[in-house]
Amino acid sequence: MYVYDEIDQRIIDDRVEQYRDQTRRYLAGEISDAEFLPLRLQNGLYVQRLAPMLRIAIPYGMLSTRQLRKLAQISRDYDKGYGHISTRQNMQLNWPRLEDVPDILAELASVEMHAVQTSGNCIRNTTTDQFAGVAPDELEDPRPWCEIIRQWSTFHPEFAFLPRKFKIAVCASETDRAAIHAHDIGLELVPNTDGELGFKVLAGGGLGRTPVIGQVICEWLEKKHLLSYLESILRVYNQLGRRDNKYKARIKILVKAMGVDAFRERVEQEWQVLKDGPTTLTDAEIERARSYFTRPDYQTLPADADNEALQTLLAENTEFARWYQRNTLPHRVDGYRIVNISLKATGYAPGDVSDTQMEVVADLADAYSFGEVRTTHQQNLVLAEVASGDLLAVWEKLSAMGLATPNIGHLTDIICCPGGDYCSLANAKSIPVAEAIQERFENLDYLYDLGPIDLNISGCMNACGHHHIGHIGVLGVDKKGAEFYQVSLGGHQGKDASLGKILGPSFEQDAMPGVIEKLLETYVALRTDEEQFLDTYRRVGIDPFKERVYAQDH
Amino acid sequence: MPRIIKDGAVVEDSWDGRLLDLESYNAAVEGGEAPSAEIAVQLEPGEEPAAIAGDLHRIPMVAIHFPVFTDGRGFSYARELRQRGYEGEIRAVGSFIRDQLAYLARCGVNAYAFDGDIDLEAAVGSLQGFSDHYQADVLQSEPLFRRR
Ligand code: SF4
Repeated sequence: MYVYDEIDQRIIDDRVEQYRDQTRRYLAGEISDAEFLPLRLQNGLYVQRLAPMLRIAIPYGMLSTRQLRKLAQISRDYDKGYGHISTRQNMQLNWPRLEDVPDILAELASVEMHAVQTSGNCIRNTTTDQFAGVAPDELEDPRPWCEIIRQWSTFHPEFAFLPRKFKIAVCASETDRAAIHAHDIGLELVPNTDGELGFKVLAGGGLGRTPVIGQVICEWLEKKHLLSYLESILRVYNQLGRRDNKYKARIKILVKAMGVDAFRERVEQEWQVLKDGPTTLTDAEIERARSYFTRPDYQTLPADADNEALQTLLAENTEFARWYQRNTLPHRVDGYRIVNISLKATGYAPGDVSDTQMEVVADLADAYSFGEVRTTHQQNLVLAEVASGDLLAVWEKLSAMGLATPNIGHLTDIICCPGGDYCSLANAKSIPVAEAIQERFENLDYLYDLGPIDLNISGCMNACGHHHIGHIGVLGVDKKGAEFYQVSLGGHQGKDASLGKILGPSFEQDAMPGVIEKLLETYVALRTDEEQFLDTYRRVGIDPFKERVYAQDH
Repeated sequence: MPRIIKDGAVVEDSWDGRLLDLESYNAAVEGGEAPSAEIAVQLEPGEEPAAIAGDLHRIPMVAIHFPVFTDGRGFSYARELRQRGYEGEIRAVGSFIRDQLAYLARCGVNAYAFDGDIDLEAAVGSLQGFSDHYQADVLQSEPLFRRR
């Protein structure tokens, strides 16, 4: 993974000192609340319902074990001993003290981490495939590009006071695991007619109040032009994006209002000025970024199918076999597996991870996965490179820590925002809904029979829980001061991304597990062999689901 | 005379010409008075530098107004003015804050007239950016990756 040189380190250290001084001036009354707001936000600090919340950047989801141990220690020393993995691969601490934040940032800087631009109206953490570098369907490792974008976007002088937040995601594989259609800019590595890889550029995607699927503004961009092209998009957005209404300020509204062709034209116009300028990437820089993401020293191992010891184990140990089947995935190298660590055990807030869990995962990564861990936008962790012969040991240790719930990709692997328990913007709580659904569907055989289902929950329109792109989406709404939940169906992330359609009138919290149950019964009754939930929905439409769920009302 | 920050120091504001909004400036151009060394123009958010592009070599000062400090359009305006080769004074005026000075400077602003009463001597300290920067900007034409 990327390693800071002394310049990277100095820049981050400078930032800590700058923020220390700003905090001191704020506490001394020299900076007003309104003026301090963007300063603290761009250092990751929100003020939430009960306490401040600090969002720590995990650039494109990559963590060294040294960093993960530091997060464990910080959560213990400055917080309540746990962190929350967000849907943008970052880690949130829910209880830091505003006065302590400069010290926390200094601790982070000591392990090449920061909380820069994790909030506020600026370019946020770039996200990508959690299986980058190990996925069998990958065209090229996207992480060097994410790092190049990270450096370009960090402390960019022109784009720190944008109309609104700005999110970029990169996909470099056949399956899109980074939800690039739901980002302000989505970048996809694709070949041109000569087979050379370049970027397909999408703009104007986003969830929130007005969900929109991104549109293509450039079919193929030569790699070296990436930054000048991004800069052109940002410059157009910074100048023309609406600033009179924060709900209309995202780039998606601008692209819609201008029309994608006019928007593209304006970007091209800016780009003619910037193209081939100093921001044009050099081969040396691309190589430098790549040099940090090399293949580790793999052993030559038999493929799992030919590994007799493993096959015997799988035949004899059903629990292990269940976990192997659900929570691990093929790796590009024979004899290795990608291990998903589920942070979705029933009874725990989805995405929460305790300090001791972090330390156990760090130990496992050191012992079995080349010392690296990843966070996912599904709010889980990943050990990306585990030799199949080590899987049993890994599973046993994860199980002992409550980290081996075999539900990855299934109904109870719920994406869920912090919601009303923490977030001051929430209309409704989201964690209790997730927990009630997890409790109702604890039977694993039923869960597996249902097949892969994405259930996503957001506590309000801001859609941090990505409810629009869940096969089943749940949105907290406020009905005359009471907490209600609106259900949508048919959302999907991926290259054939779609937005969910609202089922009908919203429900009370207690009714939610029953509603989900009826939706699933409808699917089971209507599905053909091999059809997954989304396929059935796409074939039969929303009406049968509607009829079943609202039947009692007639 | 009001005091401003200019070229890295607190100074008395020595500008004694006229400062016109874009509409008046355009009228002055119509009337044959502008462009001239005595007439500066102030851009509001929404008024892009393209509007005065043809006159840049003869405008002594362009003021960029920040009615609220969170409206960042002026950052791009300054950058565009410099990109178009403008070499005169770019003055930020209005409600920007001290903690924005380093970014404004990197975008090409070289003078700062704050609304309201602030400790200018202390604010000058905020002009100093970090020890290095990743991007190309007006003060450093090469991005860090070309200098590594
Ligand atoms: S979706 Fe709404 S409630 Fe949930 S974390 Fe985001 S802002 Fe808060």
